[in-house]
Amino acid sequence: MTLAKRIIPCIDVDLDDEGNAAVYTGVNFEDLRYTGDPVEMARRYNEAGADEFVFLDITASAQGRETMLDTVSRVADEVFIPLTVGGGIRTREDVKETLRAGADKVSINTGALEQPELITETAAAFGSQCVVISVDVRRRFDEAGEQYTQIDGESCWFECTVKGGREGTGVDAIEWASEADERGAGELFVNSIDADGTKDGYDIPLTEAICDAVSTPVIASSGCGGPEDMYDVFTQAGADAALAASIFHFEEYTIEDVKSHLDARDVPVRT
Amino acid sequence: MSQADIVVVDYGLGNLRSVTRGLQRAGANVEVSHDPAALTRADGIVLPGVGAFSEGMENAKPFRKALIEAVDDDIPLFGICLGMQMLLTASEESEQVGQGDVDGLDLIPGKNVRFGRDQTVPHMGWNELTVEREHPIVAGVDGQYAYFVHSYYAAPEDEHASVASTDYGHAFPSIVATDDDTVFGTQFHPEKSGKTGLRILRNFVELCDSSA
Repeated sequence: MTLAKRIIPCIDVDLDDEGNAAVYTGVNFEDLRYTGDPVEMARRYNEAGADEFVFLDITASAQGRETMLDTVSRVADEVFIPLTVGGGIRTREDVKETLRAGADKVSINTGALEQPELITETAAAFGSQCVVISVDVRRRFDEAGEQYTQIDGESCWFECTVKGGREGTGVDAIEWASEADERGAGELFVNSIDADGTKDGYDIPLTEAICDAVSTPVIASSGCGGPEDMYDVFTQAGADAALAASIFHFEEYTIEDVKSHLDARDVPVRT
Repeated sequence: MSQADIVVVDYGLGNLRSVTRGLQRAGANVEVSHDPAALTRADGIVLPGVGAFSEGMENAKPFRKALIEAVDDDIPLFGICLGMQMLLTASEESEQVGQGDVDGLDLIPGKNVRFGRDQTVPHMGWNELTVEREHPIVAGVDGQYAYFVHSYYAAPEDEHASVASTDYGHAFPSIVATDDDTVFGTQFHPEKSGKTGLRILRNFVELCDSSA
């Protein structure tokens, strides 16, 4: 038997007008639509057979941070599957607080790019198993990269971005993934700015390039429109886990739908 | 619903919150304690653990005597992940990092060994349980998946101690139990293994309840 491929629902959590934590989901790159209560959604996905649960804090305020840690604790009480929490984690103290609130893993993005030692220190202090390095990547078709991939006859490299893809960093994502792996990251969480919100499928060339570069499990994210996209990212790119938000939140597919599709096509899943 | 009093050993390692919630969901009254004396009044004891073997044994030192005495008094003891590995005699992990021999609790004779170099470690994710022999702790879990995160696994001297196995390159014991039903362990995290994990915790709590 091999390890099962993991199906992971993800929620983006912000504060609503009254300062309470609420889940928002982007619709076609535009408005964020109120989707539900984080604790209620966590309970539902736990029941529905999700393999893990990802909670992303998209607030940016100190007040938001307090509310989020409290919400993480309440979510942790509802899920009997691994819980990953990300968003705004920049210091070892942030990691510690988040784990103490009940997260099993923390997802670190900008904080790790700014300060790569944070990966090394966090892995040494809490173990690699809880360190997920998240990258927001976009394709670039110029000469500034280090590692190139051919896509539809064009030569492209992958750049790490920050601020939700609005700002480039000049860092080659494949190089960065290898460095994060060597520094002790336990998993890599790959978001594609190009695929995000399209529902046209995961960025296969990007995911494959990262899977080839690292020895840790890779979680593919962004672009999922349905179970066949998950099939592709598992079988063509070699991803270990596939993350999705809107297809589950808007009930286009259930986790069971996805798993029975994959099972029928001989992808090992936990049923 | 069972009402066994379960003490979760707090020696500074491990995700006690989720273990506690899992046991409560399984019907137990749970006390998290850093006092070894608390073990004597328990119907069952849970030894959680995340991290390195030598660090775990060092941190758990104040509990060593109380744990061994509790098992002598037939109080069921359940080790999770590192907590399970600590039930054995020794581990290659402490030897490999040059810390010499670090003594485990020796409640299950045997050693923890590392996966072969050809296997990616840690073994992390959902993998399948194959029940090796009938036992109350594994009721209802054959063929189900559980969540693992580890680089070493237990190799008990007595193969009979393995009540369920899992395949990662080769089969290894994923649930162990002694013949007298006092010492148990799971290499995976039952508190993170969904319904299957809760079933195992419930099996344990019921067993504690009936022997209380």
